[in-house]
Amino acid sequence: MKLATRNILLLIGVVLLAVVPLIVVNGEFGGADNAAEALIQEIHPTYVPWFSSFFELPAETESMLFALQAAIGAGVIGYVIGYFKGKSRKKPNDDA
Amino acid sequence: MKASQSIRLLLVVLGLVGYFLINEPQSAYAMHIMEGFLPVGWAVFWWVAFIPFFVFGLRALRKITKETPELKLMLGLAAAFTFVLSALKIPSVTGSSSHPTGTGLGSVMFGPLPMSVLGSIVLLFQAVLLAHGGITTLGANAFSMAVCGPIIGYFVYKWLMKATGRQNLAIFCAAALADLSTYVVTSVQLALAFPSESGGFIASFLKFGGIFAVTQIPLAISEGLLTVLIWGWLKSHSTDELSILQRKMKGAETA
Repeated sequence: MKLATRNILLLIGVVLLAVVPLIVVNGEFGGADNAAEALIQEIHPTYVPWFSSFFELPAETESMLFALQAAIGAGVIGYVIGYFKGKSRKKPNDDA
Repeated sequence: MKASQSIRLLLVVLGLVGYFLINEPQSAYAMHIMEGFLPVGWAVFWWVAFIPFFVFGLRALRKITKETPELKLMLGLAAAFTFVLSALKIPSVTGSSSHPTGTGLGSVMFGPLPMSVLGSIVLLFQAVLLAHGGITTLGANAFSMAVCGPIIGYFVYKWLMKATGRQNLAIFCAAALADLSTYVVTSVQLALAFPSESGGFIASFLKFGGIFAVTQIPLAISEGLLTVLIWGWLKSHSTDELSILQRKMKGAETA
């Protein structure tokens, strides 16, 4: 099988794994940070967090930073793979 | 990989998705331990446990860049992969979201130690800028994601390569188990810090761990698939860097 075909199949698998729960499971899909507090407080009702973040950014800024994090990573991956592609000696793809 | 293998893989994935649909949705804690949510003693304990690995990791990184400077780009790729994957908050079958760790690829390529540095950089970024995880809990989170996960991934890869010789299978399992074990360790950490009144550590661990495992399993599979994808890309271009890396990976095998 060609590499591209395999990659498409792999990506379909990844997308399905994310989309199917989203459609079928009826949940909040929250970041679960609040659920964490709830669970700990359920086990240890007296526990008080002794430290909190210096600052908490607005949700919009936070999602921007998450996007930035992914973008930087994806950019580097693209650069490296592209570099190798350009550099590679001419050779047919050997599917592993 | 042959077509029949891919189809089998896809069937396995679909089967698992179906299986998890049966589970009742419930809210779950499935990310890193939040700021302030470990008692001081445990926070310090995990920092102390993590720091030696970080120091060894720095030394391993220095060794790699000195002996094989050609591999710097590959290191960058491994770091970038963790960066991307831990930014992806994916909905899961429990009705809450979590994210993969992306540490499996790097530990298969370079061994587990360099990942203790690369993984903790990601965690620091998220703790400082995103209020995701935290500084006080960074030791614990780094110990699970940047130390334990990579170590398990590495040995899974070595063992499967020796047992089956099928690299894609080995990489898939290494990445998926590095991901999954990270969250198992997180639940151990939480259970140690918060043993339940009635059942102690075990009851608490089952509670945290039961939730974690179910939430993380589909994400671990996703991470395995994505790691195989990236590795396939890398292998499709035969460069000097690739042959150096592969010699290195083989060399570590006999050691």
